[in-house]
Amino acid sequence: MEVNEALVEKLSRLSALSFTKEEKMHIQDDLQKMILFVEKLNELNTDGVEPQLHITDAENVFRDDIAGKMISNEAALENAPNPMPPYFTATKAIQKPVPEN
Amino acid sequence: MFTFVSIQDYHLQLVHGRQTCVQAVTHYIREIQLQNHLNAFIETFKDEALARASELDAEIKEGKPLRKLHGVVIGIKDNICYKDHFISAGSNILRHFKSLYSATVIERILAEGAIIIGRQNCDEFAMGNRNENPVYGPVKNQLDNTRISGGSSGGSAVAVQASLCMASLGSDTGGSVRQPADHCGVIGFKPSYGMISRHGLIAYASSFDQIGIIANNIDDIEKIFHILSGEDGFDSTVLPNVRTDSAIETKPVKSTSKIAWLPETLHHTSLDPEIKTGLKNTLESLQKEGHLVEAVPFPLIDFIVPAYYILTTAEASSNLSRYDGVRYGYRKAMQTSDLFDFYAKNRSEGFGWEVKKRIMLGTFVLSAGYFDQYFKKAQQVRKLIIQLSEKIFQQYDFILLPTVPQVPDRIGTSGESSTSGYLSDIYTVFANLAGIPAISLPIYKHTSGMVFGIQAMSSQKNDIPLLRFSETLLKKH
Repeated sequence: MEVNEALVEKLSRLSALSFTKEEKMHIQDDLQKMILFVEKLNELNTDGVEPQLHITDAENVFRDDIAGKMISNEAALENAPNPMPPYFTATKAIQKPVPEN
Repeated sequence: MFTFVSIQDYHLQLVHGRQTCVQAVTHYIREIQLQNHLNAFIETFKDEALARASELDAEIKEGKPLRKLHGVVIGIKDNICYKDHFISAGSNILRHFKSLYSATVIERILAEGAIIIGRQNCDEFAMGNRNENPVYGPVKNQLDNTRISGGSSGGSAVAVQASLCMASLGSDTGGSVRQPADHCGVIGFKPSYGMISRHGLIAYASSFDQIGIIANNIDDIEKIFHILSGEDGFDSTVLPNVRTDSAIETKPVKSTSKIAWLPETLHHTSLDPEIKTGLKNTLESLQKEGHLVEAVPFPLIDFIVPAYYILTTAEASSNLSRYDGVRYGYRKAMQTSDLFDFYAKNRSEGFGWEVKKRIMLGTFVLSAGYFDQYFKKAQQVRKLIIQLSEKIFQQYDFILLPTVPQVPDRIGTSGESSTSGYLSDIYTVFANLAGIPAISLPIYKHTSGMVFGIQAMSSQKNDIPLLRFSETLLKKH
């Protein structure tokens, strides 16, 4: 599997990460090495083997549906960067459409 | 002068008035300061630890019975939440984060009278085996300050090695408790998956992560393990109805065991010859003592680390998506009007390189078009590994193998972009892939002046028999 610029671009987008031009070359190289490393698994025949989804035999471990350990709105904002109580903030995601002339 | 041998001994000193909890905490605070160059602790909780110690001393004076971990001074890895205390997972992205709640393990040890002395340096998000943390600096091995501690629970291992606390809580996703414990000459125990609640442990790879214990003797590990383990309404992966209490002692301890060793682990090219000889010597002496010791083929040896990296990075890419700079964590000034750009800037400046690398690989193996070829394939390999493990444990009680292939490296000698460092996890990741308990026992001295040990594993849920067996192994060496 060859890692190219387009793949790095796609994965950065999916990972919500951005890289400088220099870092892009670096991450492309690192990814290539890591993928080569894990491709070792192709040497093993796994035809008909069920994928392992859970690590224990425990099933349906439920508790009573009673709320506990509540966190107040105030506490929830303690670690928030630039909060506007009672809200978190993020950059403006919806832009006003530019009026067409 | 305060000295610590074991919890049992310390408790005797406390009840006879020969030591106090305040003396213990004062001693450890001074030691942490004196050995500050080791960089094991990121922060100590000096004042509150002292205040708690005097409350615990007062309880003794009032004649109240000792709690199970009364006055036991414990350090915690910087990825276990402690209410109203900073926690960063060794990362810039959480540098100023204060936990709003305590992990289940923290609540349990506090309820039994433990004193938490501080939080310990680790690899960023527990990803790594060197503990050369770019934010807080490297942790130094006390035996040789130019060498690494190992990781990711490096600070936790060195803290026990250098007697900066009585025991540490770390976390083990692929060997992060056992490998640094081995490098530091202390005991590192990773319980079966599902024995200890992960609620409040900052997630790296949820189907692998397990909180582990680092200490100087098996009895202390067993005491702490018993307090930590058991069902928790906040973690549905904890196994119900598994007993870890001391009453299990009533079951007769087998005088001889069936022990498997895996020739492929000893023939591996990366293994140091002295470590190989050490394990061979242990196996020979066990055989002489009447244990059944047999070689069992382990043909999957070369596939375990690649399978581990596919599955853990996939889980990490999902777990770490929560760090977006909105509700908490590092935020770059909001100069962008593009939401993706906002997230990407926060994350790219907040995470270190190793973390970003693993997020990218994890995203790749989960992405459309590659999922079956990589992720599903690794899940199938995990199934084969578990089947092999179950097959071995149908016939044998324990598996013995090295913990690490090499003694600790010099600080600053890793090529950060290579995958060569990943292979040093070769002996430890098996237990996390199979969900079985594993322990690293310090036994041997190396001619380099360093130490190394051996690793023992048992089948899932057989943690207590593993600890009992470990005790006999340590006593004989």
